Amino acid sequence: MSEPILEIRDLQKSFNALKATDGVSLDLKPGQIHALIGPNGAGKSTLIHQIAGSLKADSGTIRFLGQDIGGLDMAARARLGLARSFQISSLAQEFSALRNVMLAVQAKEGSSFRFFRQVTSDRSLIDPAMAMLERVGLAHRANAPAAELSHGERRQLEIAIALALQPKAFLFDEPMAGMGPEGSKQLTTFLDRLRHEAPMLLVEHDMDAVFALADRISVLVYGRIIASGTVDEIRRDPEVRRAYLGEAA
Amino acid sequence: MTRETAINLLLAALLLALPLIAAGMGEPFYVTLATRVVVLALAAVGLNLALGLGGLLSFGHAAFFGLGGYAAGILATHAFNAEPLFAGIPGTTSMPLIWLVAIAVAGLVALPIGAISLRTTGVYFIMITLAFAQMIYYFAISWPAYGGEDGLSIYVRNSFPGLNTAQPLPYFLICFVVLMAALLAFRLIEGSRFGSALQAARQNGVRLAAVGIPPFKVRLVAFVLSAMITGLAGALYADLNRFVGPSMLSWHMSGELMVLIILGGKGRLFGPVAGAMIFVCLEYVLGGITERWQFFLGLILLGIVLFARGGFLGLLSGKPRHV
Amino acid sequence: MFTALLIEQLLNGLQLGVMLFLMAAGLTLIFGVMGLINLAHGSLYMIGAFACAVVASATGSFWLGLIASLAAAAGVGALIEVAVIRRLYDRDHLDQVLATFALILILSEGARWLFGSFPLYLDIPKLLQGAVPLPGGGQYQLYRLAIIAVGIVVAVGLYLLISRTRLGMRIRAGESDREMIAALGVDISTLYTVVFALGAALAGLAGALVGALQSVQVGMGEPVLILAFVVIVIGGIGSIKGALIGAVIVGVVDTMGRFLLPSLLALTMPAAQATTIGAALASMLIYVVMALILAFRPSGLFAAQS
Repeated sequence: MSEPILEIRDLQKSFNALKATDGVSLDLKPGQIHALIGPNGAGKSTLIHQIAGSLKADSGTIRFLGQDIGGLDMAARARLGLARSFQISSLAQEFSALRNVMLAVQAKEGSSFRFFRQVTSDRSLIDPAMAMLERVGLAHRANAPAAELSHGERRQLEIAIALALQPKAFLFDEPMAGMGPEGSKQLTTFLDRLRHEAPMLLVEHDMDAVFALADRISVLVYGRIIASGTVDEIRRDPEVRRAYLGEAA
Repeated sequence: MTRETAINLLLAALLLALPLIAAGMGEPFYVTLATRVVVLALAAVGLNLALGLGGLLSFGHAAFFGLGGYAAGILATHAFNAEPLFAGIPGTTSMPLIWLVAIAVAGLVALPIGAISLRTTGVYFIMITLAFAQMIYYFAISWPAYGGEDGLSIYVRNSFPGLNTAQPLPYFLICFVVLMAALLAFRLIEGSRFGSALQAARQNGVRLAAVGIPPFKVRLVAFVLSAMITGLAGALYADLNRFVGPSMLSWHMSGELMVLIILGGKGRLFGPVAGAMIFVCLEYVLGGITERWQFFLGLILLGIVLFARGGFLGLLSGKPRHV
Repeated sequence: MFTALLIEQLLNGLQLGVMLFLMAAGLTLIFGVMGLINLAHGSLYMIGAFACAVVASATGSFWLGLIASLAAAAGVGALIEVAVIRRLYDRDHLDQVLATFALILILSEGARWLFGSFPLYLDIPKLLQGAVPLPGGGQYQLYRLAIIAVGIVVAVGLYLLISRTRLGMRIRAGESDREMIAALGVDISTLYTVVFALGAALAGLAGALVGALQSVQVGMGEPVLILAFVVIVIGGIGSIKGALIGAVIVGVVDTMGRFLLPSLLALTMPAAQATTIGAALASMLIYVVMALILAFRPSGLFAAQS
């Protein structure tokens, strides 16, 4: 077995009396898509926030590529190679789609503290950014301001930005949300191929997509992982059936 | 050429031509008035970097304006009295040297102020920058060595190699060239990688952090650069009036700099220039009609904020474009 | 003797703090409920002082003047809320800053127009003239003690208003969930006008009370406004409790700094030098305190939940 890229141990996070994350441990291994499922309010997004660094965990460790990243801020974690997409699209609204991706290329490629060379004529930013837009099928909208993109296009743009970072791991928070059946199917095929570039922690409600993609599934209920295993193991797990379907165990 | 570029060129040409004509007709007063426009515009170009590009609503830029002014005043006074500043370092009356000191002082003070203020956002940021500026204002008032409440006079305008700065027109030209250089720098920064990051920080700081660029650092650098430009303007302003006093540090000054930007158009290259032209004209025209000109200035400003949100350039050239 | 002086200065600090609280309570309430940053709050303070001075000198009664100050500040407050401020709730902070900055220009210049540039004077009412003895052998102005008492009464009154009354319930609801209370049929625009006028009346009261200690003139509200900003930044914007504690901290630190720093410095340097340096440092002291507090708690001591 290969070493996990991302290793989470006994993570805890409370908001006042509410335990949003209650002793979560999980591993993300190379080549894997690890899906995180669970009912609404189970704490999936809270967990992603803690891994990405936009929320600080109360206790527990997060190791990424063997390094403890618990004390790093979001930008530092991103620089190490942790790329995320947001549940609700988070883009630079006034910038064009291309310029949003160029920002990621510039972050990946080197310093942002350069004050003279103009980005609009900088092929070393434009070309890779354009290539990413082509990969996600958004090249025809390269010059549209992010604010004018449709919901589905915004999701595609989020993924193009994550790709441009050439990350060591992806954190995707409901990338299929609001995509429609056709869009979801396309994205499923796309993500399926992506696993060979970097492993992926995937929060998703679309169970068809999850069962088609996931190598492993963890089920989160009330901040706890109640089951973790392969797709088949999870399908058969009585606890999961009870949590999800309300069946008597 | 876009419409906005055409308007910008027209404004620059107007700003250069009017004082030349005025000087030709023997009306030095108007040359001085135009110099006031140029220097205020320069101060606002500095603020525009933080406020327009970075969305940082600094209500304390008078601090940097005043510090630049005091740098000029203090250096000139020491040179005039032939007293060393400290440790045997003499004062100076050389403008380029004074400018460097003004820029450095403004930047050095902006660093800790920015580092503390940028930990906060929104209204807190507005109030804290205001409070820090007031701190420096009260310090200037209660510190008697450099005039305290009365301020400092610069008896002879500082010198620039090869030009007679005592004449209004050469001094105007110096200030005009500095303003154009600052506008060029602003344009370059806006289009650079740093400018991209800064504008992204304004639009969505979380997005910027998520690609691995720390918004705090970007904002802090912008804040410091912005203060440096405004500090330089302060040195020029002190030389223009041959005087520097606590009023340059007052919160009215901070408010005025914001007003200039809004009058002209926030975040636009020539917004501060258009704003300063309008402001100084209003001040001059209204001031000629009534002693109560601030009352009417207030009404006009209120009308612009409530009903003409893009400012002058917004009215004339429509929405800004981002490529 | 030193003890008496110390107590006197402490009381002065408390009196300044109470006055700042009257200002800061309105500011923080208006920000908490309507999300508005109001620079013109200092003008309402000035209006209260002018109204009190004018009415007191016309009628000979400070108490009528005090009532006039409340009425004038609340009235002008309600007027500018309806005419201007209301249009700013949905705007960004920059527009709010500029529009209320414009209001300052209008109100200050308007006051100069009406009352001239010379300061007016307001006498301390007969009932509150005189002094009370302090432990340790000093005397303290009765009037200043009365200001402290007024501040305590207002603090308790505000607490009761917000925690016990229907209006208070709506204010609290307005802070947490605007759409909800609109959906419940509360007339939100009237609520906002009332809250704004209430804040204005508190500022007017502060102006009138202080008017008897200083001169009444245009621009008197501005230094107080900025101190009130420091208060709510320290206390946490939107929190009345924070405003109270912040106000006492600022009042006491500022007053004690001016009192103690020169003497402390005199231990290490010549007296004349100590006086100037001490005064300069004391004028910066509260800002240093603010910076320190923010370094540890960027959203103030009692940040309102958002």
